Amino acid sequence: MEKSLRRYFPLFALPALICFTIAFLIPMVWGFVLSFCEFTNITDAHFVGFRNYIRAFTVDNYFTQAFWFTLAFTVVTVITINILAFALALVLTKNVPGTNAFRTIFFMPNLIGGIVLGWIWQVVLNGVLANFQQTLLSDSKYGFWGLVILMNWQNVGYMMVIYIAAIQNIPTDMLEAAQIDGANGRTTLFRITIPSVMPSITICLFLTLTNGFKLYDQNLALTNGAPNHQTEMLALNIFNTFYSRTGFEGVGQAKAVMFTIIVAAIALVQLVATRSKEVES
Amino acid sequence: MAAVGRKYTKWILFAILIIVAAFIIFPILVVVMNSFKGNLFISSTGAFQLPNEQSFVKMANYVNGVARINFFSAFGYSLWITIASVVFILLLTSMLAWYITRVKGRVTSIIYYLLVFSMIVPFQMVMFTMSKFANMIHLDNPVGIIVLYVGFGCGMSTFMFSGFIKSIPVALEEAAMIDGANPVRTFFSVVMPMLKSTAITIAILETMWVWNDYLMPYLVIGTEYRTIPVAIQYLRGGYGSVDMGAMMAMLVLAMIPVIVFFLACQKHIIRGVLAGAVKG
Repeated sequence: MEKSLRRYFPLFALPALICFTIAFLIPMVWGFVLSFCEFTNITDAHFVGFRNYIRAFTVDNYFTQAFWFTLAFTVVTVITINILAFALALVLTKNVPGTNAFRTIFFMPNLIGGIVLGWIWQVVLNGVLANFQQTLLSDSKYGFWGLVILMNWQNVGYMMVIYIAAIQNIPTDMLEAAQIDGANGRTTLFRITIPSVMPSITICLFLTLTNGFKLYDQNLALTNGAPNHQTEMLALNIFNTFYSRTGFEGVGQAKAVMFTIIVAAIALVQLVATRSKEVES
Repeated sequence: MAAVGRKYTKWILFAILIIVAAFIIFPILVVVMNSFKGNLFISSTGAFQLPNEQSFVKMANYVNGVARINFFSAFGYSLWITIASVVFILLLTSMLAWYITRVKGRVTSIIYYLLVFSMIVPFQMVMFTMSKFANMIHLDNPVGIIVLYVGFGCGMSTFMFSGFIKSIPVALEEAAMIDGANPVRTFFSVVMPMLKSTAITIAILETMWVWNDYLMPYLVIGTEYRTIPVAIQYLRGGYGSVDMGAMMAMLVLAMIPVIVFFLACQKHIIRGVLAGAVKG
């Protein structure tokens, strides 16, 4: 079969591969090359070595600032989202009335797009802050916590669904045995439930981690980096470097390469982490 | 005694869930409420008040917003791009996945690893060159952008399809071929029917991505053709002035199709999320 199928490469593989080449391979390689060039339009590029990478940090400190902001945001959201999602999953697997309706409601925000979400929360948060004569843009701390609240609102339901599935997969005889042995709620939670759902915890940690690092739409719609770039995250900073100053396209591309390396490193750690877990179990 | 305690906890938990649910629904209600109010009454201390005689503007925000951003054409572009992209992603990547899974060799495994690699590369890495290149080869229109979506969405989809194809025995396909079916026939009448549930999962995940995607349509076709997210962001205007009334109304209109879609395919969506999460 393999032999007769092999000849069908143009029909089966080529159409998707052409799209893949146009949309990904060429732009990827080209972008990598351009990160070592200075250009305003891709036709006038000339090689400048690592100059763009150096300028990314020396022209202004917005990129470094965006990095720390993104890191702080990601750490906070990874912790809060996972704790809240896990807590809700625990409650929703305890036969509380209305479980299905709650699950539906909690999951729903996840489907709403980032731009729409950003604007929804802008109105709500500005409405709250107006009582204190403040707006979202008057201090970067409002933007930071605003983004944290928004991100929790959007992602808790998604992670919760994953945790619920994991908790429901714990064999009931294990839980019953623990109960017969006189284990109280806390012991069961830390000795049985959490260890059994460890693979899901790993998945959710990495999902929230990459979601946090790559956040763009919500950042754009909620604060657009204001005040003075202080709430600008990495993806938004890269976009602004590309498109709001001519002559900085190369710097933007260099930043994008560094961003890609960070995100890819997270993905690699995840791969290693999940692989080693699989071996253990 | 214990039973009474347990009953109490159940109701306490229920109360907590109600509070969380209220927190989830509240922002949406605020937007719906404000979509019927005049500009001056939004984004101030009055944001949480119900529309009253002073602030109520009937459907003015809707009429105004729909006209300003041409909402129905944005809806049309979003719908067309989403459906066409998802259909082509499903068709082309299932074929690619079958080919690279069944034909073993250095080329197919290089293709596989390139596709996996593309899944972890953030869009910012390619956005500048991709949009310039799309412009050069005239893909900057609602038909051309489908090519880009297939290309950028192909990683995850091929990965998930080939994961499933690996698990189905090759014997069925071989039997069909021995009976004289050519690979095309074998694929469409033997393999494809088996891919159905994986295809639904992928369709859900890709639909959620394409429908809500902002940057790609903004950069590639945004000046002429606006999808819903692009049209909404466009309401922001040049100097930071936002017509908040129209904005609220458009947010409501943007949420309606999403909520309908969710309620209609909730079961598939949740299954898709679970399958999608495990892939990573």
